[in-house]
Amino acid sequence: MRLLNRSAGRLSQHRRGPLAGLVVLLLGLLLTGGLYTVLAPAQAQKAESDAELVAKGRELFLVGCSFCHGQNGEGISTARPGYQIGPSLVGVGAAAVDFQVGTGRMPMAQPGAQVPRKEVQYSEEEIAALAAYVASLGPGPAIPSEQDYSLEGLSEEEREEAVVRGGQIFLTNCTACHNFDGSGGAMPQGGYAPQVRGVEPKYIYEAMLTGPQAMDNFTNGNLSPEMKRDVIAYLQSLETTPEYGGFGMGGIGPVAEGLFAWLVGIGSLVGFAVWIAAHTTRTSKDKVEA
Amino acid sequence: MSDHTPSTVPSQGDGHGAQVATMHEADPIADPGVHPHQWRPTDVDERAAKRAERQVASLFGLSAVFAILFCVAYFTLEIGDNHDTFLGMGASTVALGTSFGAALLLIGVGIIQWARKLMGDQEIVEMRHPAHSTDEDRDKVLADLKTGIEESGIVRRTLVRNSLLGAVGMLGLPAVVLLRDLGPTPGQVVGEYEGAGLEHTLWTEGMRVVRDVVGTPIKASDLEVGDLVNAEPAAIFETDEHGEHLIEGVELQIAKSKAALILLRMEPDDITPGRGRENWTVDGIVAYSKICTHVGCPISLNERTTHHLLCPCHQSTFDLADSGRVVFGPAARALPQLPLAVDEEGYLVAQSDFTEPVGPSYWERG
Repeated sequence: MRLLNRSAGRLSQHRRGPLAGLVVLLLGLLLTGGLYTVLAPAQAQKAESDAELVAKGRELFLVGCSFCHGQNGEGISTARPGYQIGPSLVGVGAAAVDFQVGTGRMPMAQPGAQVPRKEVQYSEEEIAALAAYVASLGPGPAIPSEQDYSLEGLSEEEREEAVVRGGQIFLTNCTACHNFDGSGGAMPQGGYAPQVRGVEPKYIYEAMLTGPQAMDNFTNGNLSPEMKRDVIAYLQSLETTPEYGGFGMGGIGPVAEGLFAWLVGIGSLVGFAVWIAAHTTRTSKDKVEA
Repeated sequence: MSDHTPSTVPSQGDGHGAQVATMHEADPIADPGVHPHQWRPTDVDERAAKRAERQVASLFGLSAVFAILFCVAYFTLEIGDNHDTFLGMGASTVALGTSFGAALLLIGVGIIQWARKLMGDQEIVEMRHPAHSTDEDRDKVLADLKTGIEESGIVRRTLVRNSLLGAVGMLGLPAVVLLRDLGPTPGQVVGEYEGAGLEHTLWTEGMRVVRDVVGTPIKASDLEVGDLVNAEPAAIFETDEHGEHLIEGVELQIAKSKAALILLRMEPDDITPGRGRENWTVDGIVAYSKICTHVGCPISLNERTTHHLLCPCHQSTFDLADSGRVVFGPAARALPQLPLAVDEEGYLVAQSDFTEPVGPSYWERG
């Protein structure tokens, strides 16, 4: 206390000094500024950074995407009616960008029947900027948040119900193309439905929302957000479901599994038999009849 | 001597020249015959043979050990909950599989070892013989047959013969009766109640279209372009005041499978409406039977971009923007289309039942 009194007293001696006013002014400004940064309404700051993000996204878009999708995301058609180099991105929403770029499907390496998942080319910030730019072109589905697809906050029983319901929805709506085990399958004209087992929940959610490539949409008016969440819960339960019967070969389906047994199983037996027949030792000696 | 005739090869000795020449003309590539046989070590060395015998015996013995191991594993290892004790698989599964597999494999390996080391393996030539019997045998069989016909009196005793023919003819009747049940009878085609039979489904005028599994009705405004819904008639999910389903069991399964629907919304401009089907769609929402017209597989492999619906069974492909026309594959008929409308609350309903039978063709449809 005495120390405090003494230092206060010492400070008080300078209160009429030539720099005292300046110091107080600086202290006041610092305090106001500091308090403003802590307590200021977040909106104002976010709006500014959103505009920056869109501007940054547009720059990236012009470099990496505009060649096929047009300089304003309007898409580029070919001379052949109905065909396009790249589709219009007006109204596809941030979810489509996050899915396509976040899984490495875009930018596309080459045109073809199917755009495969590959190494991601952009950083997370760049993807966010691109998504913000494309979202600014027209209203579309936003990137789902983690609450949309996590089962947090549900009781054990509710979780089980969600998995069962999700399984029924999956088997009705998704299995036709993506296989009962989520292993994917062939589609007409060289395309394929990719494997969905083991894919990040966010991307599954976004794929349902936006219908990438030839996939149908399952918008929120079609499958409600809870139904989407349940489908994802079911897919995640598949990953932890043990293979009671032993080697499951990834659930590739009865025809492929049968083919595997015939070609690899019987094929290796035939190969073994041929190998045996070709390797019988012979001797140059003649048999001595007893 | 062969030297005089340029067409012959030099012969090895006198007297053979002519023979070689004729053989040469008859058979331009002479039969090389069988290679001289090369013996195996086990054929010439008794000790090697003994060793091979012991090898084969121990392979068979090892197989017996694995058979016993199978029984031991069956009774000692726990089945069920411990499903990932070994390489992510159950100890019981792995032990039973490997022990029984090894028991079978070792018998096979033993037999192969026996065949290649010990069984005689000298090459032999077996000449073909004529496939038909000798003429004497043929004559005897014909004579026997003739005597048999004579002695049975089938030609002379017409009463016996004709009654036998009648009896055998009547055997066709049970076959006809049984075969009749393989195909749809006229009764099955029409059905005894509404929605039964091959010609009709549960769809009626004003029946709501609901989502499969969850049973919620679909507002036309809920769907966006590109949406696909697997749908069923609302009657499938209807319950009485006690929560009991009105349709149950086998009846439910049949009703569900016949009424199953593929509902999708596309750009209205993409649709080429069929004749008389101009008002069957609602803002680009179309509905088709989910049952393939080839052999009745359920189809929902749709390509949003082309509106082509592919059947996974035999690759029949239908164009859903063009009245379900067959564009590829063995299906002979277009997918039946369900006429759609909206009720006053904005939910999708059927205008009527399908205007043609769903599913594969049957005899009455020609």
